[in-house]
Amino acid sequence: MNTDKLNFTFPSKAKMASFILMAIGLVCIIAMFMMDHNEDPEYHNNRAWSNIFAGSFFFMAIALAAAFFLGLQYAAEAAWATSIKRVIEAVTMYLPWGLSFMMLIFILAQMHITHIYHWMSEGIADPTSHHYDKIIAGKIGYFGTFWWIRTVLYVVGWVWFTMKLRKNSLAADKLDIDVNNSYHWKNVKLGAWFMVVFAVTSSTSAWDWVMSIDTHWFSTLFGWYIFSGMWISALVTITMLIVWLKKLGYLEFVTESTVHDMGKWMFAISFLWTYLYFSQFMLIWYSNIPEEVIYFQTRWESYKALMWTVLFVNFAFPMVMLMSRDSKRNFFFLVFVGGIILMGHYLDVIMIVMPGTVGHHWTGLSWMEFGTFFFFLGLFIYVVLNALTKAPLLVKNHPYLQESLHHSI
Amino acid sequence: MATKQIIHGVFGDEVPMMEACTKLRAAGIRIKDVFTPFPVHGLDSTIGLPRTRIAICAFIYGITGTSLATLMMWYMMVHDWPNDIGGKPNWTYYMNIPAFIPITFESTVFCAGHGMALTYFLRCWLVPGAKAKNPDPRTTDDKFLVYLELNDEQAKKAEAILRENGVEEVNHKGTLHIEPAY
Repeated sequence: MNTDKLNFTFPSKAKMASFILMAIGLVCIIAMFMMDHNEDPEYHNNRAWSNIFAGSFFFMAIALAAAFFLGLQYAAEAAWATSIKRVIEAVTMYLPWGLSFMMLIFILAQMHITHIYHWMSEGIADPTSHHYDKIIAGKIGYFGTFWWIRTVLYVVGWVWFTMKLRKNSLAADKLDIDVNNSYHWKNVKLGAWFMVVFAVTSSTSAWDWVMSIDTHWFSTLFGWYIFSGMWISALVTITMLIVWLKKLGYLEFVTESTVHDMGKWMFAISFLWTYLYFSQFMLIWYSNIPEEVIYFQTRWESYKALMWTVLFVNFAFPMVMLMSRDSKRNFFFLVFVGGIILMGHYLDVIMIVMPGTVGHHWTGLSWMEFGTFFFFLGLFIYVVLNALTKAPLLVKNHPYLQESLHHSI
Repeated sequence: MATKQIIHGVFGDEVPMMEACTKLRAAGIRIKDVFTPFPVHGLDSTIGLPRTRIAICAFIYGITGTSLATLMMWYMMVHDWPNDIGGKPNWTYYMNIPAFIPITFESTVFCAGHGMALTYFLRCWLVPGAKAKNPDPRTTDDKFLVYLELNDEQAKKAEAILRENGVEEVNHKGTLHIEPAY
């Protein structure tokens, strides 16, 4: 094994690229806030703020789902992913950044600087106010202070689990031999508990943070829909990172079978997303209850092209392209398909957020969406690659290391 | 008339067995089959088995399932007797397509799954009352068996390679008479 390729150094080109992306994004964001106005007095830069929300949420979700995926490998005691563990860990390191952006948006929303949450409006539960909304007033016990308690618990809980998993993993590297695999077992326990915590919080956080944008509407399936979207995005990100690192000459020890397995995950979770997206749509379409149908009516009227694009890119495209074994073993192909799926899921987030905030003011995708995406992408690349330099690319003390290095399917 | 010897090389572990197989193949000896108590990763390519074509079968069965379900629902729900369910009359297939998707999906999975299983059983002739084709019952317990059918010259070479690579027993199981095809 080539030992001088075990430690990743941040290529200056990649650093440059991430800064350029951030710079372009920042310029776009500033321009977006200056230009995003219309005659509606209730419209307060909603599209700009929704874009910021989408960018913050999408990349936070990638890091979160990567943490989930890492915990899953520990809880399932899976051997195959041991050789790519450091890559997954590096992706999870964006989580504190992503959550900081989310908290910033929440605080600004509470200060009434942004208006993406309808239920945060002043006097929403006060019958004398002109903002009064009877339906939201009935739900206000779930929002308000209780919402903030939950939000803080998610943020603290997720960051604690992620950091602890990483800390144990790094601590195991410091030992010459970890006789009883003590750090591994600590992480197995931690991973299992994280599965339990995440099972509940992934759904409730999706309701609290994303579904509450359309405050009048609700869907119990929504949490899994959001979760499947973030999972596939994280899998694509990890796969692309592995292929890129292999191309630079790192990760020689990651076998073709491991990458093939990541391709299978991408294929499978694309179907999970489609399954949940369609289940939610079909039940609402069939039962035809006005208070539920309104959600898809807005999308059907003002976002039809986006809706079809998202369905096509995230379902039909990966189904056809990733079905054969050869395509999953062709690295260029995997990255090409992955890149398009990743964009598809960003558009999915746009489609989830925009109708509740921008509504019929939507004029179609523009540089605003792409610019904001570039800013967060640049930041994400910088943080993840920086985290990758902090530890060797191969874990040292792990009971399944040899099995993973000889992974063959 | 050609005569071939049947040789069983019995191993106690999969690692020397794999090494022996690699060396046999390198020496140009064809391995007829290998019997193992559990699936051994990478064995297929080591003994030079061609890639399985079951995936192609699965695709064809799946497409069949999709078509059958579509035809069935179109005939029952649209063509023969249009049903009005939940205020959604079935005048055309495409207008109510979301309602037909779950059945289409299930039928596809059903046909692909059952078709694959049946194909596998038939291809391996695992039918009720079939006789076990296992050459040595110990391969269902803890032994790994390399099964060879070779002419005298190759058999000598193969036996030497097996002995060099930690074989536990080499069993000669008689000869096989092969009639020339012409």
